[in-house]
Amino acid sequence: MEKLKYALFTGCTAKQSTPEQLMSTYAVANKLEIELIELTEASCCGASHLQDYDDFLSLVLNARNIAYAEKHGLTMVTICNTCQLNTAMTKHRLDNNAELKAEVNEKLNEVGLEYKGTSLVTHFLYAIIDDFGLDKLKEMVVKPLSQFNIAPFYGCHNIRPSELQNETHRTKENPYNPTSLDDLIIACGGKNVDYEQKNKCCGFHVELQAPHTAAVLTGNAIAGAVDQNADWMVTPCPLCHLKLDTQADHASKAIGRDVELPVLHMQQMVGLALGCSTEELGLKHHIAEVNFI
Amino acid sequence: MSTHSITTQKVNFKVFRFNAGDDYLPYYEDYSMEVTSEEVVLDILNRIKWDLDGSFSYRRSCRHGICGACAIKVNGRATLACKESMSTIINIFGTDLTIEPLSIKRAVKDLIIDKGDFWEKHDAIHPFLISNIDEHPDMECAVTPAQADELNDADLCIQCGACHYACPVVEINEDFFGPAAFAKAYRFEADVRDDAHVTRLTELHEEKQGLWDCVKCFECAEACPKDVNPIDKITKLHQMLFKEGVATSNVATRHAVGFKHSIAKHGVLDEGGLVLYSEGPAIVKHIPVALKMLRKGKIVMPWAIPKSDNLDEIQKLIKSSSTVKF
Repeated sequence: MEKLKYALFTGCTAKQSTPEQLMSTYAVANKLEIELIELTEASCCGASHLQDYDDFLSLVLNARNIAYAEKHGLTMVTICNTCQLNTAMTKHRLDNNAELKAEVNEKLNEVGLEYKGTSLVTHFLYAIIDDFGLDKLKEMVVKPLSQFNIAPFYGCHNIRPSELQNETHRTKENPYNPTSLDDLIIACGGKNVDYEQKNKCCGFHVELQAPHTAAVLTGNAIAGAVDQNADWMVTPCPLCHLKLDTQADHASKAIGRDVELPVLHMQQMVGLALGCSTEELGLKHHIAEVNFI
Repeated sequence: MSTHSITTQKVNFKVFRFNAGDDYLPYYEDYSMEVTSEEVVLDILNRIKWDLDGSFSYRRSCRHGICGACAIKVNGRATLACKESMSTIINIFGTDLTIEPLSIKRAVKDLIIDKGDFWEKHDAIHPFLISNIDEHPDMECAVTPAQADELNDADLCIQCGACHYACPVVEINEDFFGPAAFAKAYRFEADVRDDAHVTRLTELHEEKQGLWDCVKCFECAEACPKDVNPIDKITKLHQMLFKEGVATSNVATRHAVGFKHSIAKHGVLDEGGLVLYSEGPAIVKHIPVALKMLRKGKIVMPWAIPKSDNLDEIQKLIKSSSTVKF
C-alpha cells in the first residue's frame, strides 16, 4: 500500500488543553507510517460559535485552511469533531454554491490564496478506517486490549448531520446506530460496550451559558457507560474528552450520583494496542487517572 | 415489467404500553410478526391494534406525512410512522425493534403523549405574521422568489414534535423553547412582510428558554421528517440577533464574539482567554477545574499561546471579511 499522507489540521484544543491528543496522533501516525504535514498556517475553525456571530467570516477562514491543504495537494485530516464539522460544512457549501465560492475567493485572493475545492476533508478516525483499513490495523496490534470493556463516545459532530458526514467519509455512519468507533475498539482487541448515550451530546458547547444542562448531559453519558460496566471511555473528539474528563465532579452533582471514568482519545486507545508507550501517548495528562496500564 | 419483488422477514417488536388511568408504571409488550418490505411503521401499529390488541393506542390521521399526528420513536429514533418504511428501519437497527412514544415521561396512553408543552412553546414565539397591512392596498405585497426561498423549508414544518422530543435540552430544561418553536420563529423572522422582528428576536434571546441554550447536537436535524433542519434555523436566528442589534452582552454572546477577537490576535483560539472574555469576573467559578488542569499540564500560560503562521493574512481577512459589528 502506498504510504498515506495528509495535511493535519490540529485545531486549537490539541495544542492547549489536550496536548496528549496531539502527542498520541503523531505516535499512532508513526506506527502506521502515516505522514502528517501540519498546517501551521491554519486558524481556528470557529467551533460553531463564530458561525453564530459572523457566518461569512467563518466561511472565509475555513476556506483559507482548506486552501492550505490544497497547496500541499493533500486530503486534510482533522482530529476534532467540531473542526471536522465546520470544515466539511464550509467545503460542502462552497462546492455547491458557485456564487458563494466566488465571494469567498474574492477575499482569499487579497492574501494570494484560492479555494479550489480539490482537497477532501476527513477525520483521523475515518482516515484509519477508510484509508488505512481495520484489517491491516488488526494485524499490527501487539497489545490487544482484550481485558477491557471500552465504552465508545462518538460525539455529535462526527455523526450528525448524517448527510454531510456520509458525503465526506466512505464509512457510512447512521447517527442512530453508529459503528465506526465500536469497530475500532474491536480491531484493537477490546470489548465494545453498548449503551444508550454513546451517540448523544456531551454538552460541551453550552458549558459556559447553560452549565446545568451541560453537566446533566455529561453525567448521563458517564453514568451510561458505568452502568454497562465500562472500564473506560474512548472518544474521537477532544471537546467531548475535555467535558467528560474534566467535568465529572460537576456532572456527578448534577445527576446526583458519583460518576467518573478514564476517558481516552481514540488515538491513545489505538496507540496502546500498537504498543506505544504511556509517555508517547500522554496518559499522565488526564484528570480521571488512567491507572490501569 | 417491474422486477421489484416483495420480501418478508420476521421482526420482534417490544412495544411501550401505559395507561395513565390504570397503570402505575409503564411496561413493554412483545409482538413478533412477518413484516413485508412494502410496509411502513404505521402498518405495524395498525396490525397490532386490529389483529392483536384492540386496546393499543396511538395517534394517526392523514397517512400522507402531512398532519404530523403519528410521530413516535423506534429504537430511540424519532419517526413519522406513516412515512417511514420498515425496510429502512430494519436496515438501520435489524429485526429487534422497540416502539415507544416520542416522550416517555409525557405518555398518556401507550404511544399517545400530552404535547401541551410543545404547543405552549410554539404559541410563545408569536407564530404568525405581524404586519401593519393596509386593508385596501393599491398593489399586492410582492415577495421575490429569493425572499420566499429564505423561509420555504421552515414553512414545511408539520409540527409533529419529532425534533422537539429528540432535543436533549428539552428533556433537561423545561423552559427551553425547543427546535420546532425556533424553526417556526425563523419562518416569520425571515418573512419580509413581518414587522415584529425585533420583538420576537428579543424573546428568543432570553437566557434559559432561548437560542443560546441550544447544545448544537444536530439531533433536531436528524429527527425532522420534513427536512426543516431546525438547527440551521437556530444558527440563522443567532446571526439575526447580532445583525438586528438585539444581542445584548451576556456570557453566550461574548463567547461567540470572543472567537473573533482571539482569532484576530492569535489565529488559533486562546482557550483560557476566551473563558475570561466570556465570563468576566465570574471566571473564578472555574478556578477549581483550572487548577486540576494546570496540574495535569492541560493549561497553556497566556504568554505561551501558540500563534498561526502567516497571522497577518488572517488579520487582513478578518478586517476585510467581517460582516457583523458587536
